[in-house]
Amino acid sequence: MKINKAQLIQLAISTAVLGLSLITALLLGSVILIIAGVNPLIAYKALVIDPVSSLFGISEAVVRAVPLMLVGTGISIAFRSQMINIGAEGQIQLGAIAGGAAAIYFSGLPKIFLIPAVILIGFTAGGIWGGIAGWMKAKLSVNEVLSTVMLNYIAFQLYLYLIRGPLIDPAELAWGTGVPQTARIAGAAEISRIFLGYRVHYGIFFAIVMAFFIYFLLWKTTFGFRLRAVGEEKNAAAYAGVKVDKYLVMAMILSGGLAGIAGTVEVLGVHRRVLEGLSANYGFSGIVVALFGRLHPIGVIPASFLFGLLLIGAEKMQRAVDIPSALVISLQGLIILSVVSSSLLLEKKKYRDKIYNIFS
Amino acid sequence: MWGIDMQKIKSMEMKGITKRFPGVIANKDIDLKVNSGEVFALLGENGAGKTTLMNILYGLYSPDEGNIYINDKKVIIDSPKKALELGIGMVHQHFMLVPSLTVSENIALGSDFESKFRLDLKKISKNIKKLSKDYSLEVEPEKKISELSVGEQQKVEIVKALYHGANFLVLDEPTAALTPQESSQLISWLRTVIKEDMGVIFISHKLNEVMSVSDRVQVLRNGKTYFSAKTKNTNIDELAKNMAGREIKLPKLEAEKTHGDILMELKHIWVKDRRGIDVLKDINLKLREGEILGIAGVSGNGQKDLAEVITGLKKAYKGEIIFGDQNIEKKSVQEIIDLGVGFIPEDRLHMGTIPRFTVKENLILKDYLKNPFSNNYILDQNYIKNYCKTTVEEYDVRCPNINTPTHALSGGNIQKIILSRELKREPDVLVAAYPIRGVDIAAVEYIHSKLLEARENGMAILLITEELEEIMNLSDRIAVIYEGEILRILDNTAASKSKLGTLMAGVVDENK
Repeated sequence: MKINKAQLIQLAISTAVLGLSLITALLLGSVILIIAGVNPLIAYKALVIDPVSSLFGISEAVVRAVPLMLVGTGISIAFRSQMINIGAEGQIQLGAIAGGAAAIYFSGLPKIFLIPAVILIGFTAGGIWGGIAGWMKAKLSVNEVLSTVMLNYIAFQLYLYLIRGPLIDPAELAWGTGVPQTARIAGAAEISRIFLGYRVHYGIFFAIVMAFFIYFLLWKTTFGFRLRAVGEEKNAAAYAGVKVDKYLVMAMILSGGLAGIAGTVEVLGVHRRVLEGLSANYGFSGIVVALFGRLHPIGVIPASFLFGLLLIGAEKMQRAVDIPSALVISLQGLIILSVVSSSLLLEKKKYRDKIYNIFS
Repeated sequence: MWGIDMQKIKSMEMKGITKRFPGVIANKDIDLKVNSGEVFALLGENGAGKTTLMNILYGLYSPDEGNIYINDKKVIIDSPKKALELGIGMVHQHFMLVPSLTVSENIALGSDFESKFRLDLKKISKNIKKLSKDYSLEVEPEKKISELSVGEQQKVEIVKALYHGANFLVLDEPTAALTPQESSQLISWLRTVIKEDMGVIFISHKLNEVMSVSDRVQVLRNGKTYFSAKTKNTNIDELAKNMAGREIKLPKLEAEKTHGDILMELKHIWVKDRRGIDVLKDINLKLREGEILGIAGVSGNGQKDLAEVITGLKKAYKGEIIFGDQNIEKKSVQEIIDLGVGFIPEDRLHMGTIPRFTVKENLILKDYLKNPFSNNYILDQNYIKNYCKTTVEEYDVRCPNINTPTHALSGGNIQKIILSRELKREPDVLVAAYPIRGVDIAAVEYIHSKLLEARENGMAILLITEELEEIMNLSDRIAVIYEGEILRILDNTAASKSKLGTLMAGVVDENK
């Protein structure tokens, strides 16, 4: 590929706009921090520098990038089919509980069969949950935003019921502590950690491979061609012989399935059991990651790492300057808002031309 | 009407207008002058620079060089609001109306109100009624836009411009979506009523309309003025030649030809719409090898349903469609495509192509499943790339490259993508709905010659159109459709424009 001057200018503009928007967000944020009586420089050092200055920080960021990547990829598929999947949170939980239960009960199987089987079960559970919303949209014209949000509530209660009731760790019952979590999964089902003493696990490679696989599926196969056609223009897809309803459901099954895998991998790689709070809002953060990544599976990869760092940075900042977590969350919001609006500047032709004129 | 220092536009002049976009010069040193009381036709192929020039006049772009003068006084038009204040009204090709609001409400949008809080719709209605009487434009202020036909919506757009005080009108392809009757009404209205006291810029592809409506004409090509003349001193051929930069001759069917076997037969087809009303009533048609069967009719008389029932997108509740030796009425769209039925749909941007897909992807929209386009579900990128490169060259699709998003191309080029895709599949039967709607004259010539070539090669073509000239030039037989019924089927030799015209209006005279 040859890069010409115009493309270079475009690239420079993108970088400059993104950089400027980040600086703007940090400046605005510093106002909030100063009001809260905190030195913004110390806070920002903790937010930006600390996560990347220790192996522990990087490891933890990668640990968070794994579910973000899987969920973000899944959400990209749904959005590309014009389905707004807000239900990843519930899909993660069902993937975690189904995969976790399988990893506990099929403990006799060898690792090489057990892990793929458990992941497949997680995919199926999340996929069914997403598929229900897809089916309701295709057949009954139920708005998918409504159905996925409602399905989140159901999934959440089901999840709590299972880890408090039927699937609770027998040891918890025996000791009478009653912490709502399942028993530890079979050793053979565990996804190994990469370095001793750090939580980062091989799931990250799996997530990257999945992102590439989904890219391949969407852009290199006849299946993906149809899926994207349905998302872009339903009339034209129907005209070309695609069964539109079927592909709407398929997109939601895939989307939910990937969120389900994210839940399972959290169990196998991080917690080694199913416990409360496991989904950690990854289902919602995944939406932001997907949009950051321009709804492209390959774009989702760096977006997940960035967002992982941001999550760790926020935790570090909270500890470094001792401010309420609500404040940290609002800072995060500021950063995301400014980056998202900067991409608007780059996408809208009107603004793009104006900026282009300034630069050239 | 509400303008403060609004004065009548006696003349509008654009001098030395140049506009550059990154990589292209859209307008280069263009002069034009329009006086009150004349209809000025601006012609040019897609991409010739007409739209840019009009956007400059309407304040959407500012020119890099050149100025605009109104009544010989230099003016700066930096927003559509300013253009309106000066008295310039624009009616866009795509209407800017809110369908769920009434005519009055739509016109009230964008008006300056006397009070900020009270919306006096009654007064607005009254003013609209007066305007529509003064200008003999029938408009009912209380009706919702969604209840109006395309022609009526256009009247609303014109009334809206007049209401806002326009005394100079720019009409961008005003007849593109109108029926022939509505078009001729508009033209005679422009000639008689509007010309009396304002200047009009009329942009169109349809040269016969330009000849009948305009006083002067100017042709743009590649952003430059190539030709300008008084309309009475020029003719269609000369205009076409100047637009395309070469001689244009619309191909015609060579008469008599013995027709082949029946390839498809529609037997007693009945179709209902969503509300349960019959939109096709007892349709019987035979499509024969090497024959073009024209369907003439004012649009909205069941043509869309006819095309969709043949291609499987819509289902009939009675009747059958025999293709080869089977009834395809119950088959899926994919099966019908595979059996060899092609379709050039009416809506080329939302059905014929996927706007955000690349040229490449749209070219294979119906072939991607077949070997060698794909193999075991995997698309063969190399084969597809080479195939598309050849196709784009072969059909002269003008695009920067095959990875350009399709919506960035002009209507004519998008139509060529559809045409090439459908023809290259070599279907036995092709349904072509309004194949030349909104495309320029060079593209019309090309599309028609391709259809005739396909006919020579034995394809059976169902040509749906409302252009009488097109249908007479191309069809072996012409069926006239009216309110979902086929009124008559005439041989080309037996058909005349006036005969078709009366039939299209639903008048069947049994004595003739």
